[in-house]
Amino acid sequence: MRRFLLAGLALLVAAGTVHAFCGFYVAKADTKLFNQASQVVMVRDGDRTVLTMANDFKGELKEFAIVIPVPTVLQREQIHVAEKALLDHLDAYSAPRLVEYFDPDPCQEALYRQAVPAPRAAAESAVGGAADRAKSLGVTIEAQYTVGEYDILILSAKQSTGLETWLVENGYRIPKGASGVLGSYLKQGMKFFVARVNLKEQSKLGFSYLRPIQVAYESPKFMLPIRLGMVNAAGPQELFVYALTRKGRVETTNYRTVRLPSDAEIPLFVKDDFGSFYKAMFTQQVKKQDMRAVFLEYAWDMAWCDPCAADPLSADELRKLGVFWVERRDPRQGGMPGAQDVFLSRLHLRYDSAHFPEDLVFQETADRQNFQGRYILRHPWKGNASCTAAREYRKELGRRQDREAQTLASLTGWDVNKIRGRMNLKASAEGPAEDEPWWKAIWKD
Amino acid sequence: MNGARSSFRDPRLYQILMLSCLLVYGVVRLDLEVRPGRAALLLGMVLLTQYACTRLWRLPAFDPRSALISGLSLCLLLRTNSVWLAVLAAVVTIASKFVLRVRGKHIFNPTNFGIVFLMLATGGQVWVSPGQWGSTAFFGFLIACLGGLVVNRAARSDVTYAFLAFYLAVLFGRALWLGQPMTIPLHQLQSGAFLIFTFFMISDPKTTPDSRAGRILFALLVALGAGFVHFVLYRPNGLLLSLAFLSLLVPLIDLLLPGRRYAWSRPAAPEPVPVPSLLEERRFA
Repeated sequence: MRRFLLAGLALLVAAGTVHAFCGFYVAKADTKLFNQASQVVMVRDGDRTVLTMANDFKGELKEFAIVIPVPTVLQREQIHVAEKALLDHLDAYSAPRLVEYFDPDPCQEALYRQAVPAPRAAAESAVGGAADRAKSLGVTIEAQYTVGEYDILILSAKQSTGLETWLVENGYRIPKGASGVLGSYLKQGMKFFVARVNLKEQSKLGFSYLRPIQVAYESPKFMLPIRLGMVNAAGPQELFVYALTRKGRVETTNYRTVRLPSDAEIPLFVKDDFGSFYKAMFTQQVKKQDMRAVFLEYAWDMAWCDPCAADPLSADELRKLGVFWVERRDPRQGGMPGAQDVFLSRLHLRYDSAHFPEDLVFQETADRQNFQGRYILRHPWKGNASCTAAREYRKELGRRQDREAQTLASLTGWDVNKIRGRMNLKASAEGPAEDEPWWKAIWKD
Repeated sequence: MNGARSSFRDPRLYQILMLSCLLVYGVVRLDLEVRPGRAALLLGMVLLTQYACTRLWRLPAFDPRSALISGLSLCLLLRTNSVWLAVLAAVVTIASKFVLRVRGKHIFNPTNFGIVFLMLATGGQVWVSPGQWGSTAFFGFLIACLGGLVVNRAARSDVTYAFLAFYLAVLFGRALWLGQPMTIPLHQLQSGAFLIFTFFMISDPKTTPDSRAGRILFALLVALGAGFVHFVLYRPNGLLLSLAFLSLLVPLIDLLLPGRRYAWSRPAAPEPVPVPSLLEERRFA
């Protein structure tokens, strides 16, 4: 029997549905964007923490297992299985968005706009078994539960070698080099949360995918263990962290947290391919930061959004994600769907062990300034009026479109001439005509 | 400390230049979350407070240099969304060195006190972002700091060396014990906040113990305290908290391990170079 040890946090971004703003259909982002991606929701206030973990496991369910270091032994009631839709909603709400404006008739005035979320992330998790042999290896099975479709074990151990032997004997394929990492967590007093799919329960429940696992605990450690997951990683992995806090924005204390470039005006064709744009831009930004930064993609008070890529999460959804300070609301009472007193920070990182040697450590700041990854499409005005303003407008339009091409090239690393080609900026391929020195036009035939 | 020649040799000018460059780089390139307006406000407020305290305590002359160093350090470290808290931090920072004194010696490094006091008193409305330094900034700043140490031969750099040795021992010792790769402690050291702390805070000659043995003991305690906060309590800002709380022990260390209080008028180095202006000027630093 071969099981994967997907330790730590792996996330994947799959295609998402498109939510339009104000009834306009703008673009769709399909197909999964990022491979090897995990999503984690971290709810935290004081030392109380609720983690929801999802990853993009695509193989046979019976081969799926995760091993996650946790700070405390968890009781049955501290473990829960969440609906995947919650994460999808959170993803849609916070995803980088495309906004459309229509240039007004320069001789008149009008304005529309709409938002489209970028492609989104999705995820799931997995599994473990137990034996008496454990004791002789110095492994203690602290607890054993079946929660939803998962069989869960909480293990502690005296020695990493004993733990490793136990895991191997119980069918977990341990990658080379994991022992050292396991040992370092053991010495820090961490327990191991091992989960795998209970196929019987799984078929009874009838889900075709793995639902996210949730754990609630109280610990001063505000961190995510990523080291175990990097041991057998084939390449860089993708992680989305949604931090839901009370006070304000969350940032990493041991890595730079950098805002994703935002509010850039980009060519219209991106509308049809927003997913590729987001992916290419993220890759380019990772490169620019030498893969040593965590990106802030969204920071917003959960009570509202502007523009909304999706509605804010309801109080009920937030409670399901573990936001324990939000009151349950009677739906009959109505009122705002968005909950108050919840601040969302969406962090996105691409990591490997060379650039992220240490686990992620976070802190909550009192910063409540809003931030969103927002990209702007400006539709030219197509009228044929010929007032002076319209002539000026047309002159400026060419320059503006070339600027958009250059912005897009700089954000994504795409070739600027290819971009110009896609934009049909024929004249601009050799530079915009408007930029010609004034004297070139004097004696032109 | 008289005349243009000696003020040219004032190591604080070098420090001010260094911190200013770092601040400009941080604002322009690093997204350090400090806007030029905020930096100007902090610097203006520290100078104003320094001036007010100079008048209030009837000091012979207004010297902006130490206050500027404190102000620049605040710009680089302190984060808050509230303008008033920023102003308060600047005032508290400078006022602390005039008010909180034991036997003519101020207890806390001003920037350290200003930040820790505001962090604790406001329940986190003020914070420090220790991770916001790229490696370019870190290594550039490291070289500048080490260079400053060599160039200035600051009399009490023993505390900086001792602290570096102890803190490295804590980080690397822990990694060895845990069986972690050495890239982890190396990564943990790559923080600009750590450099500001090591070269500008703990080295503050007016707040460190008088005797060399006392200073080395103090450096050891601060390194252990920082490790305790980070790795036992799992809280951020271990260095700042450790220094602030352990500074309270300095009068006791001075009592147990007495040493000659630094004499302002006398050069620290035996050679006749008017170097120790760092200490001299830092009488109220």
